[in-house]
Amino acid sequence: MKVLFGVNLDVHPGEIAVLIGPNGAGKSTVLKSIFNLCEIRKGSIVYKGKDITRLPTHERILLGISIVPQGRQVFSNLTVRENLEMGAYLTKDADLRETRLAEVLQHFPELKPKLDHNAYTLSGGQQQMLAMARGLMQDPQLLLLDEPSLGLAPKILKDLFTRIHGINQEGCAILMVEQNAKAACAIADHIFVLEEGKVALHGDKRVLKHEKIKNIYLGGHGH
Amino acid sequence: MMLRITKLDKHFGGVYAVHDCTFDIKEGTITSIIGPNGAGKTTLFNLITGILPPDKGSVRFKNQNITGFKPYKVARAGISRTFQLAKVFKNLTVRDNLLLASNVNDAELKKILAHVHYGRELDTLAGELSYGQQRLVEIARALLFPHSLLMLDEPTAGVNPKVRQELKQILTRLKKQGSTIVLIEHDMDFVMSISDRVIVLNEGTVLTSGTPAQVRKNPKVLEAYLGK
Repeated sequence: MKVLFGVNLDVHPGEIAVLIGPNGAGKSTVLKSIFNLCEIRKGSIVYKGKDITRLPTHERILLGISIVPQGRQVFSNLTVRENLEMGAYLTKDADLRETRLAEVLQHFPELKPKLDHNAYTLSGGQQQMLAMARGLMQDPQLLLLDEPSLGLAPKILKDLFTRIHGINQEGCAILMVEQNAKAACAIADHIFVLEEGKVALHGDKRVLKHEKIKNIYLGGHGH
Repeated sequence: MMLRITKLDKHFGGVYAVHDCTFDIKEGTITSIIGPNGAGKTTLFNLITGILPPDKGSVRFKNQNITGFKPYKVARAGISRTFQLAKVFKNLTVRDNLLLASNVNDAELKKILAHVHYGRELDTLAGELSYGQQRLVEIARALLFPHSLLMLDEPTAGVNPKVRQELKQILTRLKKQGSTIVLIEHDMDFVMSISDRVIVLNEGTVLTSGTPAQVRKNPKVLEAYLGK
């Protein structure tokens, strides 16, 4: 099944790019393509000047790309600590892993008391935090986030985008797929609107005001 | 009374997920269950629909005690539900997923799918759909299944804003036709605009309940859930 049609998209160092669009537009497929989780028929992916289109996933991780997949995907029968350690699987130095763990927990302090609990005992929202924390364990320079706000309570949601912004401020570029368009775009440098596998519109925050956006995405009286 | 939950308890190891939980759902209303992540909302749904057996307490549905019923029996009693993370049969087509709920013709199927803005063919394998589209198919399936109580676990999660608006209209219309709806939801605009009653769950128990306006002003809710 062909999902994407001639998509062009740039993410610059240190910026936050947000990908929005209707369900089934191909947003997750863009992220999967960058992480080599699906077959690319045509086109190329260039990371820091290097063509990585054919590079296996684990080598992309070593180059500094990490992904937080949609729908949590934590290892339910592993503890929170083990889940986080899996995120740094390619880091062989145990001391370095410990250091990363401590750094990551600064962004997600609510995981600290849960370190020795199995992940299935966490609520959906807590699992989402764990998935994000795991994505940071490899100290990525480009972090791909697939709907980080999914299933989060309002109080945490307000905080989530602040945290993503904080992660970005430490120098990590972010490409994020979100349905919570308003909150995501508020911290974005660049917004891409995907529709039926094509980039329908892109630009800065003003994109959201575009008439076309209302029609294809926001519906009725906006959001 | 459509649904009566009395002193429901469920613990996992030493942790109470649901504790001394009691509330009623009136017929023909839309009730939203809100609360912080980890409050026990999804566990509560699982206890009502027989996915998990409660340790204590009872679930009465239309004057029938359904406590501890297997999921298929709960469904046959007239409760239709969706899940927090979409559960569709990935190796079946969208058509077959929907026909499992109700044996209707393609025209009917297309009508219900148009409501949720599903944009692909009926012959598509559900596993080939994006996450968001799987959710839409799941919602359509729950709507199709003959029920008197509809339970939706975070229906708007992963669903684009345009479809959220459409969902509001669908649920309001269903209520007018006599359906009773209970939903777990974090989208406060959605909750406040369609609910007759809001139940706030915290640490497995009912913190407070009332109309959207009452709940929104409650300092305890602001503290535990909405944030200041």
